[in-house]
Amino acid sequence: MTTAPAEAAKGALARYEAVIGIEIHCQLKTASKMFCGCSTDIDGAAPNSHTCPVCLGLPGTLPTINKSAVEWVIAAGFAIEAQTPPATRWDRKNYFYPDIPKGYQISQYQLPLAANGRLTFDTSAGPVTVRIRRAHLEEDTGRLIHQEMAGRRASLIDFNRSGMPLMEIVTEPDIRTAEQARRYAEELRLLMRTIGASDAEMENGQMRVEANVSIRPIGREAFGTRVEVKNMNSMKAVERAIGFEIERQAELIDGGDKVRMETRGWDEPSQSTYHMRPKEEENDYRYFPEPDLPPLMTTPEWLAEIATRIPELPSVRRARYTGEFGLSSYDANVLVNDASATALFEGALAVGAGVSPKLLANWVTGEYLRLAKGDAGGGSVDPVELAALARLVADGAISGTNAKEVLAEHYASAAPVASIVEARGFRQISDSGALGKAINDALAANPAAVADYRAGKAAAVGFLVGQVMKATRGQANAAMVQTALRERLEAAE
Amino acid sequence: MADPTRLHAYEMATLLRSGEASSRQLTEAHLAVAEKQNRALNAWLAIDREAALAQADVADMRIAEARRSGADALARLHPLCGVPVGLKDLVSVKGGQATAGSKILEGYRAPFDATVTARLREAGAVIMGKTNMDEFAMGSSTEHSAYGPTANPWNLGRVPGGSSGGSAAAVAAYHAPVCIGTDTGGSIRQPGSMCGVVGMKPTYGRVSRYGIVAFASSLDQIGPFGRDARDAAALLHAVSGRDERDATSAPVPVPAELLDLPSSDDEAAAYLKGLRIALPKEYFVAGMDPGVAARIHEAVATMEQAGAIVEEVSLPHTEYGLAAYYIIAPAEASSNLARFDGVRFGLNDRTSGEFIADYLRTRGAGFGPEVKRRVMLGTYALSAGYYDAYYLKAQKVRTLIKSDFDAVWAAGFDAICAPTSPVTAFPLGAKLQDPVAMYLVDACTLPLNLAGLPGMSIPAGLADGLPVGLQVIGAPWSELSMLRLARAYEGITARAPWRALEPAELELTDDPTTPSPIERMERLTATSAGAGDQSKRT
Ligand SMILES: [Zn+2]
Repeated sequence: MTTAPAEAAKGALARYEAVIGIEIHCQLKTASKMFCGCSTDIDGAAPNSHTCPVCLGLPGTLPTINKSAVEWVIAAGFAIEAQTPPATRWDRKNYFYPDIPKGYQISQYQLPLAANGRLTFDTSAGPVTVRIRRAHLEEDTGRLIHQEMAGRRASLIDFNRSGMPLMEIVTEPDIRTAEQARRYAEELRLLMRTIGASDAEMENGQMRVEANVSIRPIGREAFGTRVEVKNMNSMKAVERAIGFEIERQAELIDGGDKVRMETRGWDEPSQSTYHMRPKEEENDYRYFPEPDLPPLMTTPEWLAEIATRIPELPSVRRARYTGEFGLSSYDANVLVNDASATALFEGALAVGAGVSPKLLANWVTGEYLRLAKGDAGGGSVDPVELAALARLVADGAISGTNAKEVLAEHYASAAPVASIVEARGFRQISDSGALGKAINDALAANPAAVADYRAGKAAAVGFLVGQVMKATRGQANAAMVQTALRERLEAAE
Repeated sequence: MADPTRLHAYEMATLLRSGEASSRQLTEAHLAVAEKQNRALNAWLAIDREAALAQADVADMRIAEARRSGADALARLHPLCGVPVGLKDLVSVKGGQATAGSKILEGYRAPFDATVTARLREAGAVIMGKTNMDEFAMGSSTEHSAYGPTANPWNLGRVPGGSSGGSAAAVAAYHAPVCIGTDTGGSIRQPGSMCGVVGMKPTYGRVSRYGIVAFASSLDQIGPFGRDARDAAALLHAVSGRDERDATSAPVPVPAELLDLPSSDDEAAAYLKGLRIALPKEYFVAGMDPGVAARIHEAVATMEQAGAIVEEVSLPHTEYGLAAYYIIAPAEASSNLARFDGVRFGLNDRTSGEFIADYLRTRGAGFGPEVKRRVMLGTYALSAGYYDAYYLKAQKVRTLIKSDFDAVWAAGFDAICAPTSPVTAFPLGAKLQDPVAMYLVDACTLPLNLAGLPGMSIPAGLADGLPVGLQVIGAPWSELSMLRLARAYEGITARAPWRALEPAELELTDDPTTPSPIERMERLTATSAGAGDQSKRT
């Protein structure tokens, strides 16, 4: 296959319609695991150091529910406008694999904590709404590590991840393009981060995206054979893998072949999907209600209490930014899609300082994000200091150019804006008396430029402004200098 | 002091408090008998002399300290402080074995205490060891133990019942005054009945299941064996109550009165006056031993004479209980036993170099035939396409059975009385080749597990020299009333001649030449090929 997948997908989509459903697993942000007291702080921990008899599945152990994990799923359900059942329960999903210690996974089958939701997001072709079938709670498995040991191929198991709380969110097959798939995943990630349910970092597996992809000739209703795509470790990979898969299926069908039901993995280096395993028939997981856990009632009082903890959601926030503050929808998106940008913007707004939201938004979407995403990332901006800086610029107390330098230094050192301005001598000279001397000196020292101006070369004033700025080491208010110079040059004629 | 092994736990408590006996003395005496007779009975899979004596010494220190602190401190000690107990070998004890009667758990050491164990330690009880059982509690005779069957002290050629047969035999043979058992379909009550001791299955949720190797999670309950109601009540008191680690354990208070059952027989008997007892006609089934039916009717008549009001009732869905049970219990078991995969503990066979093949080999070698049978039954019942027809329908039957009982309580009855087992102890090997015949032995006990109700078996005399158990069934959380009823029945039968009898073949067990139960079983099954009655004593 030689065509670039993204381009090729567009080609295939002229003849076929893609039908895509997405399953996302998000690791929930709780202090302890789903069914035991083990800490969830397992990043970088020694293998099997975060385990106990319960998450190792030892004989006689029993699960107990982590209430905060349940609350995160209920909150997520509210955020995707889903229904919460009056009572929920857990089911056992039975299958054998060495990384699942009990021989079954405790999940939710018949009564998910959230059902029939939806999510709307922007794409390059306008807003799209995807229906979400369900979101439920389950426990994670351990991790198998295959390696050579004493000359033998060995499989080692790390159970640190066993029993970590996961939320699985499943869409209806409503997605039609690779871009929509990526945007859906991005918007869901933003939603999880906004409500605080998950950090949803794809790189370390806190968020795992799987797609079911099939294609059908445009106009046909029946679904094609679907292929499950896994191992997409970034948002970019989601878009590319699905785009690739659409094109691969189109080529198969065009060539008179059939699409096989299978699970395929995304291979980043070759930018293609590869066969992982066949999927001839559905596994029989022999689901049945988990007898070790009584059903859980979701009382209206409890639900109401959870609802009060949900912050402003991204869609509402975007509408507020464009409606109330008159921001462009592009700026509103940039602000809302980055949690630190949102926090900085909201924080600076709250300080007030009489600076317009639009001006603050410019600082955040422009300079702040440039710094945060640049090589020198890792610093931070105090909203109070940003408000102060914006105020200084608005008042003409420092120049825009100098202000950028101040922000960069504050970002790196966290020093207060006022002391940076002071130390660097950035405060603008706006006093006409002090400026008058510098202007006089410049006019006296550069008669040629004065002559040029008078001869009709208006640009010569720029040179003279530069001389004044140089003499004042940039502290002069450039606009004032220019006005004053013009006045003097024209008055003396 | 008379033979300490003949004492009841509450009698030991008195001697320990007065200083007339030490826990070390009591423990030594029980260990000695258990060790000597275990060859003939095979009631114990492990006797931990060292650990038991260490616990006894700690108990003696606790008692001595309480004695120094005064009467209040002594009164605050649990009656089981310093008293030896045995645990069925599916109760986790930190650092100790928990085979659940299976080869697949050979070598496994539990790294934690079950809640029951922790509560016994808190009470100061002395854990002597672990008792024999049917593999994973699946069985009614203890013959399905991977470590050989247990013999019945009343007749060494007969089964002790099961699955908690080791605990029942140990209590009957005076190896320990009390033992812990578990009951999923009758596994405490039925061996209690066959060994002539008191055994109680509490209300589902009364005792925490944390640390108990699971058979069927929605049916399993942990309960006490004792030689009388007061001892059983004391053990129940020690282990009961809500446990944060078992979400199905109920936040129902444990009545302190469990420790105050009347000591006077006459006072106890007064409880029967005006008590309304229901007699379910469906529990007097065809195929029942006439001797059993006779003893139960006599027991009920005796209670009537003492002032109880007895009426026949109907529990119309009883006949569906067995079928529903043999869907639900194996279904849950098939899932509960999936963790025995050879990956983390116990037996493993890793010779194939491939996960699934190793898994199959490990389980093929580690599980016995009855366990395999039930895992297959349960897996089938939960399979796609069969779930609704089997599992879901069985759950509906379960609801109907529960409503049968609810109607009895709604009609104002205080308790239901019935036979525990339709038969007395049968010969070793007699039903081993006929699973359905074995399952039928539990027909009168398993409906309670389906309904979550408490039930107990109390000795009600002998039929052909073998114990018969009277089953008392109560409303949820009515264990105290049931034990008062049991204590009252003890009171009115205190002078009955059978009360004075000891297990008939106990003396034989002291003889080192007495065959072990497995030898007896082999001999019996070899000669039974047409012999008919194997009940003749050796
Ligand atoms: Zn754990």
